[in-house]
Amino acid sequence: MDTTRPPRAGAHRTRRAEARFGLAAIAPAALLLLIFLVIPTLLAFALSFTNAKLIAQGAPEFVGIQNFQRLLGVEIATVDVERDASGAIERGDDGEPVYPSARELQAEADPVLKKSELGSWQSGDASSKTYLLVGDPIFWKALLNTFLFVIVVVPVQAGLALALALFVNLRMRGSNLFRTVIFIPVVTSMVVVSILWLFMYQRDGLINQVLASVIPGYEFVDWLANPQTALPSIIVMSIWQAVGFHMIIWLSGLQTIPGELYEAARLDGAGAWRRFTSVTWPGLRHTAVFVLITITIAALGLFVQINVMTQGGPLDSTQTLVFHAFTAGYGKQQMGYGSAIAVVFFVLVLTISLIQRRLTREKD
Amino acid sequence: MTLRPLGALHRRLWLPVVYWAVGALLLMAFSFPMVFMAVSSLKPDDQIFLDLKTMNAFLPTGDVSLDNYVGVFARVPVAQFLLNSAFTSALVVGLGLVVNSLAGFALTRVRWRGQTVVLGLLIATLIVPFETIAIPMVFLVSRLPWFSIDSAGLQFQEGLMNTYAVQILPFVANAFSIFLFAQYFKSIPRELDEAAMVDGASWWRVYRTIVMPLAGPVVATAAILTFLPVWNAYLWPIMTVQKEDLRPIQVGLQYFFQENVEWGQIMAYTTIITLPVLVMFLLFQRAFVASIASSGVKG
Repeated sequence: MDTTRPPRAGAHRTRRAEARFGLAAIAPAALLLLIFLVIPTLLAFALSFTNAKLIAQGAPEFVGIQNFQRLLGVEIATVDVERDASGAIERGDDGEPVYPSARELQAEADPVLKKSELGSWQSGDASSKTYLLVGDPIFWKALLNTFLFVIVVVPVQAGLALALALFVNLRMRGSNLFRTVIFIPVVTSMVVVSILWLFMYQRDGLINQVLASVIPGYEFVDWLANPQTALPSIIVMSIWQAVGFHMIIWLSGLQTIPGELYEAARLDGAGAWRRFTSVTWPGLRHTAVFVLITITIAALGLFVQINVMTQGGPLDSTQTLVFHAFTAGYGKQQMGYGSAIAVVFFVLVLTISLIQRRLTREKD
Repeated sequence: MTLRPLGALHRRLWLPVVYWAVGALLLMAFSFPMVFMAVSSLKPDDQIFLDLKTMNAFLPTGDVSLDNYVGVFARVPVAQFLLNSAFTSALVVGLGLVVNSLAGFALTRVRWRGQTVVLGLLIATLIVPFETIAIPMVFLVSRLPWFSIDSAGLQFQEGLMNTYAVQILPFVANAFSIFLFAQYFKSIPRELDEAAMVDGASWWRVYRTIVMPLAGPVVATAAILTFLPVWNAYLWPIMTVQKEDLRPIQVGLQYFFQENVEWGQIMAYTTIITLPVLVMFLLFQRAFVASIASSGVKG
């Protein structure tokens, strides 16, 4: 790294000793990172092209892009409505028009490339129906849920953390107490937090009781058993757990802004809002990039909450990418397929952080 | 705007009110769930549910006892789980401090060929999320050669599954920790090394007696940043450790939770494993906060 050091006299031998020590000192870290980071990363890509099993009889076989076909394969198929001999639309017992089912449609497909229905819609005159067929419907639900989670958590958590940081940074009496208490969930493990909130989210749990005592005529909700409320419940809990972490990051950013800038703005007659937009916010640019990227990456990796609280349910409403990779790769022992999901996850993380980096850099 | 003095007076009166109202709300939102957990661990289940309807949910009222704790210890070997987690965390932190500080030292204060390449590779490893490599790594560690020492002497085995090693080795080297050390070492004047070398000190001695004693703050930061993920580890041990006597504390909680519906006992278990970290946090709050803040500096 540094080559500016003047060479010492007769340094040949000592230079060799220096190089030897340097290699010896980096070796343990390099070796461990090679075995437990570089090789697993390469292995993720390699295994994703095989049918590797966790407990394998024999070596994994190369299967080409089959895992990715199953994972990412999408097909749109349109079928005509069933008609009787006279050409009239056939109707079932419920009076609805009858169409060939998605299962019939896929009956003759290659077993590996067989797809199942993710969604369907009828044409206006009911003469045909269009199926959206995918190889792995759970993957697409997981992808959608993961995106929903990220889209809500990133701005809300970052914004709330900033608000909390500004509040604590007022440095009035009590500030330290507030900071400490807000930070406590961060040092609490996610497993503990998940179990505690699962208890509070129960139908006869604390949250319903509190809401009932505040809102007259409140109807109890079974938060985690309802597909509409399960993911939002996990979102609220996850923000509660992690917001203190990013509050501290914002706080350390706030403290790098020189006090004279605020003095100058005050002398110029700038109000609180103006001081925030013209002094505080520009001074937090680097912090903002860091906060956004770290929350995004953490949110994309959503796993523990799902594993402890919902196992992906109800009705796959809380399936996520990492949970799906875990269920496929470990639960069902399909290491090859699980690795393919992990590779897709990796590409996603990489793309999003590169985009964010680019977007935030251009404004400079 | 025309009544400026009055406006200022107004502001002085209501600002503290708003401040304390917001503060009280925050205190409630962030502390009440934890208080509820601790308080419930002292009550029998029917008392917990009875108290949910009133503020008693957050107060140690009624039939308070340590029965739930006794129950937890009677049902599962929590002490063993705690010991397992303490042991793996201590080794990850301890070995990590040595391995990562040595690497940081090698990258900033020693010259050798290939330094820039290694540094570049190290930066590249920072972008790989653990979730990506967890599954292939299970595949890898289940096939790595390993050894064990038992009554029959040294034994070789295939696979690290169900060992302490599998919970420790993957987390010892840490690229982020290496950067923290490297950054800090750069700020220590190099003349110190040279003076010691002139006096005949070896590189190892320079590292041990000159550079490391000055690295106190970064040692604390690196220790905290590596301790928390290991103490709270979950995804990795659920896949690699099935034996009960090697089980870490968080996985133990999940098993306990799955086969138990007595909420008082579950809350006792969560309190037991949260308390050590909480006490440490409150004691070393400054270091905790500094370590988190330092993770944002590079951004």
